[in-house]
Amino acid sequence: MTKQEIRETVLRVLGQIAPEADLSQIQSNLRIRDQLDIDSMDLLNWVIGLHKELKVDIPESDYPRLATLDGCIDYLASRQELQ
Amino acid sequence: MPQLGADMSAGKLQGWRKQIGDCVQRGDIIAIVETDKADIEIEVFTTGVIEKFLVQPGERVPVGTVLAIIREEGKPLEAGVSRIATVTAPQPILAALAAPAPSTTMSAARTAAGESRLHISPAARKVAAELGVDPFALTGTGPGGRITLEDVQRAAKAKPVPPAAEAPLDRQARIRQAIAAAMARSKREIPHYYLSTTIDMSRAMAWLIQENLKHAVEDRLVYGVLLLKAVALALRDAPELNSIWTGGKATPVREIHVGVAISLRGGGLVAPALHHTDRQSLDELMKTFRDLVQRARAGSLRSSELGDPTITVTSLGEQGVETVFGIIYPPQVALVGFGKVVERPWSVEGQVVSRPLITATLSADHRVSDGHRGGLFLAGVDRRLQEPEKL
Amino acid sequence: MTYREAVRAALRKALRGDPRVFLMGEDVGRYGGAFAVSHGLLGEFGPERIRDTPLSESVFVGAGIGAALGGMRPIVEIMTVNFSMLAMDQILNNAATLRHMSGGQFSVPLVVRIATGGGRQMAAQHSNSLEVWYAHIPGIKVLTPATVTDAYGMLLGAIPEPDPVFIFEHATLYPLEGDVDETAKIADINRAAVRRAGRDVSLITYGGTLGKTLQAAELLAAESIDAEVIDLRSLRPLDTAAILDSVAKTHRAVIVDEGWKTGSFAGEVSAQIMELGFDDLDAPVARVCSAEVPMPYAKHLETAALPQVEGIVNAARNMVPRHG
Repeated sequence: MTKQEIRETVLRVLGQIAPEADLSQIQSNLRIRDQLDIDSMDLLNWVIGLHKELKVDIPESDYPRLATLDGCIDYLASRQELQ
Repeated sequence: MPQLGADMSAGKLQGWRKQIGDCVQRGDIIAIVETDKADIEIEVFTTGVIEKFLVQPGERVPVGTVLAIIREEGKPLEAGVSRIATVTAPQPILAALAAPAPSTTMSAARTAAGESRLHISPAARKVAAELGVDPFALTGTGPGGRITLEDVQRAAKAKPVPPAAEAPLDRQARIRQAIAAAMARSKREIPHYYLSTTIDMSRAMAWLIQENLKHAVEDRLVYGVLLLKAVALALRDAPELNSIWTGGKATPVREIHVGVAISLRGGGLVAPALHHTDRQSLDELMKTFRDLVQRARAGSLRSSELGDPTITVTSLGEQGVETVFGIIYPPQVALVGFGKVVERPWSVEGQVVSRPLITATLSADHRVSDGHRGGLFLAGVDRRLQEPEKL
Repeated sequence: MTYREAVRAALRKALRGDPRVFLMGEDVGRYGGAFAVSHGLLGEFGPERIRDTPLSESVFVGAGIGAALGGMRPIVEIMTVNFSMLAMDQILNNAATLRHMSGGQFSVPLVVRIATGGGRQMAAQHSNSLEVWYAHIPGIKVLTPATVTDAYGMLLGAIPEPDPVFIFEHATLYPLEGDVDETAKIADINRAAVRRAGRDVSLITYGGTLGKTLQAAELLAAESIDAEVIDLRSLRPLDTAAILDSVAKTHRAVIVDEGWKTGSFAGEVSAQIMELGFDDLDAPVARVCSAEVPMPYAKHLETAALPQVEGIVNAARNMVPRHG
């Protein structure tokens, strides 16, 4: 899966969790949490969504690496390669 | 029209989820009602066949209005009004407290919701039900302001004014209004006292990390669930806090239904119940909690979830807040607040160590409980969080 | 005809009509009765049937019970309800129970007439209204004739009863004037009577306070409050249906009872309204009863202690909404 495809998947799952958010306005290098007003429950739902779509395991200890959009895409790409 | 919150006075029927002639069972969703806060699924409390719809989709009617008539199995409709079960929300909390009563077409739920008891004569109460007059809208002229038969009859004569079609308020504004009413009433009527304690979360957090390693991603727990369960268990020893203020006094509720404050994106909040919080396992609680958050934000809560909470827990740690001084949601008599988990120096057996700490606060109604009791309760929460494996 | 004469006429008719009937009590013969009810009957019926007794209520009530068991139809007069306490053992343990304890083999067709009530400056030992103590006892009937016609009709109605009947004659009623049709058929002794129909409030009473209650109803009418007056007539059995019918119409009830308020018969009536007519009530039931003191001798104190017209009017007025 290309980084572009990963990016699209990440944004689609985010859209399900925060349907009212304007995803085109997200800054790739800033914390998603601050931009979209999401909380830990949203985060968990997001992780569950990513797990389902991308078939990657995301241990809890890696949650901090999902903080920004850029970081998230890099992390997911590396996890996919790993598996 | 059930009352889905202490300050709800009217609701709009969005639509029916059943047809005339359908068989319904206790717990079935029969209708969707739009309130100031959300769209709520209305549950049925009787088993029977839907005889008639009395309110059409799109109509906005006062709380207590009969929405539909359900014929109970084996009972002919002609057998009399008392045998006709109505869908007017026998508030479950009330039902648990009171002896079984015939279903009433009046705003019984509203009295249950903690307003001072309606001062009305028995005859006036009966006739108001027959004529469809909402006694809460009346001013009593009898001795001591009692609503008399004459007051009801006068109102019935003047009645055929259907509720004026209200200009559709911006939903956001309506939520704000509902919160304003509840919070203003709380601060006006409830003498709050506030207690705070700092809890060492190291054991709970360590246990949680280990536990989540064993769980598939969709079954992972958030630490908030530990807090909720600890509160629920500690409440078993503090019935004064798990009470409902109604009719000028507090009535302890045997069931523990923790209402969990959920902020809505774009503003406002709801605090639906996690039913029997103390009796659910952490895994069950997590599942219910996750489902509740999703549905709260999607605007599809159920009537019992909104009506049932016996206490509220709010956690603002996500926003970086350290201490919460909450306002009690009437008719409840207590609210528990949690801040964020912070790493701080902490003294353990004379050694200063770094520990994850959380500040738990209690806002409680001084009419019902005292600081001593509140302090014991917070200590109980702390104690339970030190033994996470027992939660 | 006076109430006193009406009772005497009924006695005379009963004595003439049935050789088993006889009258027994303190001073009922030569003296003519403490309230002159039996005046002249000794000459007419002789000492076998109009019998003076020793001053022992226990003895002559017990003798009456024995005579009734033996097939007679005794009428016993007790001078005041206070003195009847001396016969309470005979009444409670024998008169009221023998039918049940003998499995229906015995009956006690006894009539006991008792003068009751205050208002005559007879002080604390002669002025009580203890009808409620009797009304508590299953196995007997308790009647309280309040009119001249009932004084006549209810006594005659009591004679054929197979079980003991206690008739309470309020002593202030003896001089009361009224018409009575002696040829009228025997009164139904189990029913209450509507003495005045009305829409706004039910004034429920019996015996000596009926007159005051009717006066109160007239005063209320002048204030456009339309009171209904119910005369219970019988306390046991109680005509509950009549009470509930009236309350269903008026939605308000004042009970007037010369007994002391605590544990009064008014309390029983009130309880029944609450139990069976709750949804008809538009106001709490009110009671007008005697003050909780031994009956004073002094006129003004006695008047203050007993239910009076003004008190009944006030109680009714307080529960009916004002217009204009």
